[in-house]
Amino acid sequence: MDKGMFVDTSICTGCKACQVACKEWNGLEAEPEYFKKGPGAPYPVAFNFTGNSYDNTARLGARDWRHVIFIEQINSRRANSRWLFMSDSCKHCSDAACLNVCPVEAIERTDLGNVIVRQDKCVGTKLCNKACPYGVVKYNEKTRTSHKCTLCNDRIHNGMGTACAKACPTGSIQFGDVPDLKARADARLSKLRATGEAKANIYGYSEAGGLKVFYLLMDNPAIYGLPDKPVIPQRRRFSFLGGKLAAMLAGAAVIIGFRERGINKSGDRARED
Amino acid sequence: MPISKVSRRQFLKLSAGTIGTIVVTDTAALGLDTADVKKNALGIPVKKGKEVPSVCPYCSVGCGQIVMVNDSGRIIDIQGNPDSPISEGTLCPKGAATYQLVMNEHRWTKVKYRAPGSDHWEDKPLDWAMDRIAQLVSETRDKNFNEFGEVPDGKGNTVKKRVMNTYAIASLGGATIDNEWNYAQQKLMHGLGVVYVENQARI
Amino acid sequence: MIMGSNMAECHPVAFRWPLKAKTDHGAVLMHVDPRYTRTSALCDIHAQIRAGTDIVFLGALINHVINSSRWNTDPFFKEYVVNYTNAATLVNPDYKDTEELDGVFSGLSADGKVYSAASWSYQRDPAPAPAVTEAKTFTDLLLQRVPGRPKTDPTLKDPRTVFQITKKHYARYTPEMVESVCGCSKEVFLDVAETLLNNSGREKTSNITYAVGWTQHTVGVQIIRCAGMLQALLGNIGRPGGGVLALRGHSTIQGSTDIATLYHSLPGYLNMPDARRPHDSLRDFILTEAVPLSTSYWGNYPRFAVSYFKAQFGDAATKENDYGYNYHPKITGDHSHLPMFVDMMDGKIKGFLCVGQNPAVGGQNARFQRKALAKLDWMVVRDFYETETASFWRNSPEIKAGELKTPDIKTEIFFLPSACVPEMEGSFTNTQRLLQYHEKAADPPDDCRSNLWFTYHLGKKLKAIYKDSVADRDWAIRNLTWDYEPEPAETARWRIKDEPSAYKALKEINGYTWTDKKPLPSFANLREDGSTVCGAWIYTGVVPEEGKNNSARRKGDDWISPEWGFAWPANRHIMYNRASADPEGRPWSEKKKLVFWDSVSGKWVSPSGDGIDFAPTKAPGSKGKDNGIGFDWLGGNDPFIMRADGKAWLFAPSGLVDGPLPTHYEPYESPVHNIMYKQESNPVAKVWKVPGNPYHKIADPDYPIVISTYRLTEHYLSGVMSRWLPWLAELMPELFCEVSPELAMEKGIVNGDYMTIRTARGAISARALVTRRMRPFIIGGKTIHQIGLPWHWGWQGTAQGDIVNNLSSLVADPNVTIHEGKVFTCNVSAGRKGGAE
Repeated sequence: MDKGMFVDTSICTGCKACQVACKEWNGLEAEPEYFKKGPGAPYPVAFNFTGNSYDNTARLGARDWRHVIFIEQINSRRANSRWLFMSDSCKHCSDAACLNVCPVEAIERTDLGNVIVRQDKCVGTKLCNKACPYGVVKYNEKTRTSHKCTLCNDRIHNGMGTACAKACPTGSIQFGDVPDLKARADARLSKLRATGEAKANIYGYSEAGGLKVFYLLMDNPAIYGLPDKPVIPQRRRFSFLGGKLAAMLAGAAVIIGFRERGINKSGDRARED
Repeated sequence: MPISKVSRRQFLKLSAGTIGTIVVTDTAALGLDTADVKKNALGIPVKKGKEVPSVCPYCSVGCGQIVMVNDSGRIIDIQGNPDSPISEGTLCPKGAATYQLVMNEHRWTKVKYRAPGSDHWEDKPLDWAMDRIAQLVSETRDKNFNEFGEVPDGKGNTVKKRVMNTYAIASLGGATIDNEWNYAQQKLMHGLGVVYVENQARI
Repeated sequence: MIMGSNMAECHPVAFRWPLKAKTDHGAVLMHVDPRYTRTSALCDIHAQIRAGTDIVFLGALINHVINSSRWNTDPFFKEYVVNYTNAATLVNPDYKDTEELDGVFSGLSADGKVYSAASWSYQRDPAPAPAVTEAKTFTDLLLQRVPGRPKTDPTLKDPRTVFQITKKHYARYTPEMVESVCGCSKEVFLDVAETLLNNSGREKTSNITYAVGWTQHTVGVQIIRCAGMLQALLGNIGRPGGGVLALRGHSTIQGSTDIATLYHSLPGYLNMPDARRPHDSLRDFILTEAVPLSTSYWGNYPRFAVSYFKAQFGDAATKENDYGYNYHPKITGDHSHLPMFVDMMDGKIKGFLCVGQNPAVGGQNARFQRKALAKLDWMVVRDFYETETASFWRNSPEIKAGELKTPDIKTEIFFLPSACVPEMEGSFTNTQRLLQYHEKAADPPDDCRSNLWFTYHLGKKLKAIYKDSVADRDWAIRNLTWDYEPEPAETARWRIKDEPSAYKALKEINGYTWTDKKPLPSFANLREDGSTVCGAWIYTGVVPEEGKNNSARRKGDDWISPEWGFAWPANRHIMYNRASADPEGRPWSEKKKLVFWDSVSGKWVSPSGDGIDFAPTKAPGSKGKDNGIGFDWLGGNDPFIMRADGKAWLFAPSGLVDGPLPTHYEPYESPVHNIMYKQESNPVAKVWKVPGNPYHKIADPDYPIVISTYRLTEHYLSGVMSRWLPWLAELMPELFCEVSPELAMEKGIVNGDYMTIRTARGAISARALVTRRMRPFIIGGKTIHQIGLPWHWGWQGTAQGDIVNNLSSLVADPNVTIHEGKVFTCNVSAGRKGGAE
């Protein structure tokens, strides 16, 4: 049975427990570039202070497999104010762009449906970084490989849920079998709709062949930087090339090859902003 | 309201997960097929160790934690305790970071001493520091002990009363420290006559 | 209703439950707060009020409730209020209200600085004939002095009833007043009021949750009391889903209040002997402290007090020497945190033990507090990291600015590294009064030791120093019982063999019989003859028998979870739960059933397993004994067993120093004058007019902006336990100031750039976070801006920033000396202040 997560943003409090729990379990360090002492400054300058609401990690990254998005919707009269939160991560697409484009087949789908970057196989082509319509997969200069959420591959193969879902104080992130989660999401959506949340919608049932990690959103996907129709490059056959050769070529030719296939640039940009 | 939460809690354990054998037991209790868990448990390695129940050191909610210790006695992981009816395995970002509070390269683990007027810390043995502190406490107390003190009599004058105290020593802190310490500290301070005894509860 | 708390941010896991109530059971969540926070975002209603106007809002809720048709037509409310509160009690004819005296109560001294509470008393029947003539015991002293019963008018019509006085007092607290004083629209206010009213009653209860947003005011205690009054009027106390929940800040701040490391209190809420009061002997102490309370459960005060002194001094405590009472220290004034630092600055305090607290960052007027540290002869800091308090002498802003010079600081300083929670065992008491035990998972590294280790071994060394002294002054330390030696089995697995036994300390807190050392299962077993010792009577039952530690129980269930940990007192989770049944002892409704009378067995029963907070066989409606004390005096319909009349207090006849009814005063520093009364701010607020602690005037043109300080989810207090953790530091990397776009525009402040915030105490720089979550208020035709600053930063750690408490002042609530950190005034400008402050 495929495992996944249902992220109910209507009850997310933006606490970021998911971000820390993820780092704790997966042994991910804080971004080392963030705290460097600048000339003349009395304190180490926090290079990552964004001024964008309470979001200072700003994006998903090689060390940030989770990221909480903050959206303040408050007009000048302070009427009907909303502050939306969404905990973002790899969506473990059923049709996974990263997996499709990896020339060395370092990206695999396991028997539980999650998509992982095999660190023992990755050679750092970064093709997956470009291909992912959600800006999930990122390259780490230290390891010279790409990284992303594994859906806590070790945990879920040992009978546990993901670390983020376990920590989430409000149950905004729920782990389980995808059909069960969909049933919960549908029930939650109808309840919200019944209470007048007309904009509430579920994102991820059909996108990229169906996302194993899908979202109940309180506004249009674009507000959260999610592409309406993510474009997924399809698998190319590299069997005639050895893995190493592909890796050597990867940097130049193959990228061009995929660009021709039309990566969803707007989606990508939204995630990079 | 008392809905049937026992099964929900078991469900939570199952879905949110805890470590190793607890899950297997509970799965069996629910009559589910445990073969998957066992089979996969053999295939993909996962952090495992002795589990010690603890309580989150941060705020006053008192979330349950499980501290995992490896064979050499080292803490390798701290996460929520799904058995806790308060937190059901969840934690906030601070609670989730407890591991880094304990296992942190910046943590000072040696006694440091700064001599009067000095511009640097120096390392000192713990025993030496304890002896020196006991000596300072006793000297300061003895030089500044009041058997009697003048207090207002409520009519604009003062009156001499037995007070058995010292104003020269103060103790501050305690709200993040065990009840047993708070008890021992107030007892010792009262034994010495110290009356400036405070903690964060005033905040 | 969450008010004075940012629950989702500061107690995120506790917020799980109200949110569940909302999503699963349709509960309405309301947030009344000056800011739009992550809590507001999840609530159905957000009422934004100007900081420091809570009593106007709450008073208006009271006014609305008692004049509403629902409250006056649904018999539930009157039944609860007449039977379970002091609404019907008649007040002294001499009492004069703020309505008559333009903002102050009767009893204010000529200099306007202190109240006498004499005129706030109840009218009473004549005292009964005493049950005993000769006083052989302390209990007999109480029995000889039982007062007459308070006079009542159950129709609530008499103008001297508490109810009529309350009604008159709050008549001017109207929705219009809320609009003009709080800056919150009438419509939003009425929405809150109606929601509360409609969700209270037989079938439904409403809860009010608060935190330091209420306490840190010069009227802090009165704000909380106002909420208590509202809940009593709505019939929401002692019932499931009701109550006033305090969300406290630290892992065992409840425990450190219960087992008080606080100057004014002995463990278990006994008062500290005070040379200013008639406390000359143990008899005097008991007469002064226990007589006024004797008709409540506090009638057992003598047993609790004697058992405490016996726990201190063991065999040396005898009836003849008043159980060592005269060797125990007495306080002579306010020795709390703020005066501690004023006296430290004066050189009165020479030595300082600072254990897990960081006043260099967390203290009010933190510059003042840091400079006071430099006056010390010696200081011990126990912590995990080199805190700002530990390092003030080498790299504080005062050193950098040349105000202090390291060689001139003669303070001898010790940093002793502490063990972390998983490296020791012990109990914490959480915000629900629940004790939970944490086990030791690993030895702490190197010299790190538990704080219990430190205090125990320091005590041993000191006892060795004084062991041969015959001086009176050393009697207490010489005779202090001090035996928490570990049993070999307790330390067998560990490297540190001299770690004291936390279990033995907990057993002493619980209490045991002195001769055979058997733990006591209940505080009902305590005696006043010296045969029992008890560190803190309210915790009795946590170690009910040898080797059994109820705080380490870990069996949860669906609801109350009576076998998860131990809730004091006596495992009672919902206090005053007799009130969950009606005067006949029947549950108010099936839905809200908790504790009720079983007439067959002649007992109160509690199917949930919650402890029954009442006399187990006292029948509903039964009359108390007029000349009895404790439970004998209380009747079967007196659920509030810790109150001398068994009732919830709408009007406080005693116990408060600033008035019997909560009244709106402006904060000590406010941008506007008090619209409601001539009296501007709390007349008896505590102030320290000392050098280095200047105040702003009311409506001070130099400081027109309101400032609030607060916490974030991502950090903890002064940052010692969060700023050193890269995982947390990166989430909120630097100090920022929340500003509305309107104020930013006016001052030329740019989002993300630096800005300066200034008060008469100091100036700091912070990154500007311009957001519409902050908004200006129109008060008296004037635009009042409000800014917000989280106060987690300092000059040490991974994430650093200026110290927000450099801005605040030493000014406090008169009842408990809590500072006014939630509202004061300041000014702001764009750009960075030169260097660090």
